[in-house]
Amino acid sequence: MGKTLFDKVWDSHVVRKIEGGPDVFFIDRHMVHEVTSPVAFLGIKNRGVEVLYPKKTFATADHNTPTINQHLPVQDPLSAGQLKALEENAKEYGISHWGLGHEKNGIVHVVGPEYGITLPGATIVCGDSHTSTHGAFGAIAFGIGTSEVEMVLATQCIMQPKPKKMKININGQLQKGVTPKDVALFIISQLTTSGATGYFVEYAGDVFENMTMEGRMTVCNLSIEMGARGGMIAPDQTTFDYIEGREFTPKGADWDKAMEYWKTLKTDDDAVFDKEFNYDGSQIEPMITYGTNPGMGMGISGSIPTAEQQDGNPATFKKSLTYMDFNEGDSMIGKKIDYVFIGSCTNGRIEDFRAFASLVKGHKKADHVTAWLVPGSHKVEAAIKEEGLLDILNEAGFELREPGCSACLAMNDDKVPAGKLAVSTSNRNFEGRQGPGSRTLLASPLVAAASAVTGVVTDPRELLEGVMA
Amino acid sequence: MAYDKFEILTSSAVPLPIENVDTDQIIPARFLKATKREGFGDNLFRDWRYNNDGSPKEDFILNNPIYSGKILVGGKNFGSGSSREHAAWAVYDYGFRCVISSFFADIFKNNCLNIGVLPVQVSAEFLDKVFKAIEADPNAQFEVNLQEQKVTILATGESEGFDINSYKKGNMLNGFDDIDYLQNMKGEIEQFAETRPF
Ligand code: SF4
Repeated sequence: MGKTLFDKVWDSHVVRKIEGGPDVFFIDRHMVHEVTSPVAFLGIKNRGVEVLYPKKTFATADHNTPTINQHLPVQDPLSAGQLKALEENAKEYGISHWGLGHEKNGIVHVVGPEYGITLPGATIVCGDSHTSTHGAFGAIAFGIGTSEVEMVLATQCIMQPKPKKMKININGQLQKGVTPKDVALFIISQLTTSGATGYFVEYAGDVFENMTMEGRMTVCNLSIEMGARGGMIAPDQTTFDYIEGREFTPKGADWDKAMEYWKTLKTDDDAVFDKEFNYDGSQIEPMITYGTNPGMGMGISGSIPTAEQQDGNPATFKKSLTYMDFNEGDSMIGKKIDYVFIGSCTNGRIEDFRAFASLVKGHKKADHVTAWLVPGSHKVEAAIKEEGLLDILNEAGFELREPGCSACLAMNDDKVPAGKLAVSTSNRNFEGRQGPGSRTLLASPLVAAASAVTGVVTDPRELLEGVMA
Repeated sequence: MAYDKFEILTSSAVPLPIENVDTDQIIPARFLKATKREGFGDNLFRDWRYNNDGSPKEDFILNNPIYSGKILVGGKNFGSGSSREHAAWAVYDYGFRCVISSFFADIFKNNCLNIGVLPVQVSAEFLDKVFKAIEADPNAQFEVNLQEQKVTILATGESEGFDINSYKKGNMLNGFDDIDYLQNMKGEIEQFAETRPF
């Protein structure tokens, strides 16, 4: 029987199989950030153990960094303490560290691909669940806990049972105004937040083949929101063109050798998945969520189902709507919003800012809306300026902040106040995710842009006439 | 980090019959700023447990003195969301050694096993019986037997088996962790690393 893409990459990283237990799984690339690593470093210190392969670990600060005045000392003493701990640990163990203010600094899942740390066929882990992003390159990438961060530091391995395999096929022409974010939110709305738990997903079909690398990253990023361990897409010419020549990608003869291997990274025709789903891409609308988990989403022109119409526990569903202050049957279009957040490792890349700018161009931000535009990295920030997008944004009344995770998890000062409604391009709409009492609607950069200029939830297709061909 | 051995746990349980309890509820991100692994239990379920002014919310289960014990019983899909091990630390630090649910999110389950909290996945029917038993008597006792992989409602004698892979089971029974194991095979890992192209 043939192997899937996932099998090929997984099996080639198993150092030892434990009878009745997990595989000892080798990690090629390890990313660390300031929040989930200090206790892991403390752990190896207490054991008196060294970092086995410091060159395979990369550190960046992102989760609780401020997004204004990054040149000034960080005000919050606890955040400052974590940033300092990361810097000191990286220095002590010889790990490259892209701290606050460093030109390569940015969100861990944005900078990894930008500098060629992310490669096809590699295994990549990080103490952050959205590590699944890197699967866009045909890597096996997933989030781990702090105990596992400690394991990777000490031994470059973790203990993992091999997940089951799921394939999601989507073919067809996407409608105008439908972005990779909408495709992902659509899948999650179909599968629910636990529908892929225990599985590793391969995305296949022409919708994904036609996507740019950035779009593929958005899709793989959100794999975790349906419970999957991760998601991946077979590498192709689009992938190779993206990675070629980046700082940490192989060069010369090493590149040729790697290419030979990478070209074998496809699912064999006779390989079998444990579960398969098929969807028609042309049926997907711009999406929006209305509840407190990413599975509670729908086409933007739809209305909130009743507790009886949906599959989950009715009491949990009603609790969620009560928190959001919405009613069954409500339409989302036209709801007044207070905040717009564009950024995060889901939608904080240059194409997201291009999309956002294309739509707000020639409009003005609604006066009552507070907008946080946070690039995923300094590289993205620089591109926004170089491409002239900043002028467009400024003219429309928007300001650009400095890179970081920001309101994606609100560990810094970028918190949406209690009761306020935010349209956010991030990945989680959990209660309080964007600040205690905050209410989050997950959507694409286009929906965020349209809503930012009208001040109410808006279908971007209304504003798209004449903007995008 | 080493933890106490887990063999047989007999305890009352705290019921949280809510589905999709996510890690942001278990421990909100703003409490993740520590550089040590201490004190997370104080902020377990912070926003469900306390008002903004820090006063306890009376209707939340952890603030109700009639419920106590080392077992937390949650609704389906417990622990979804973030990879933050802090969520498992908070559960452990508060005093729970076992979480019972009909379904767990992957990373949370893994994190629990790594730090000495036993995730016990039971059928939806059995979970319902557990909730009913606590409803009938808040002090109802449960026995979680890891060796036999069985959880029993002592009042009725009803029990159900649960799965755990034998490697993790051995670790929990002995209080070992994975790093001890991995370090013993360092030579093998180094040999393997030589073969990796990048
Ligand atoms: S942007 Fe959000 S999801 Fe991404 S790494 Fe940062 S906190 Fe995690």
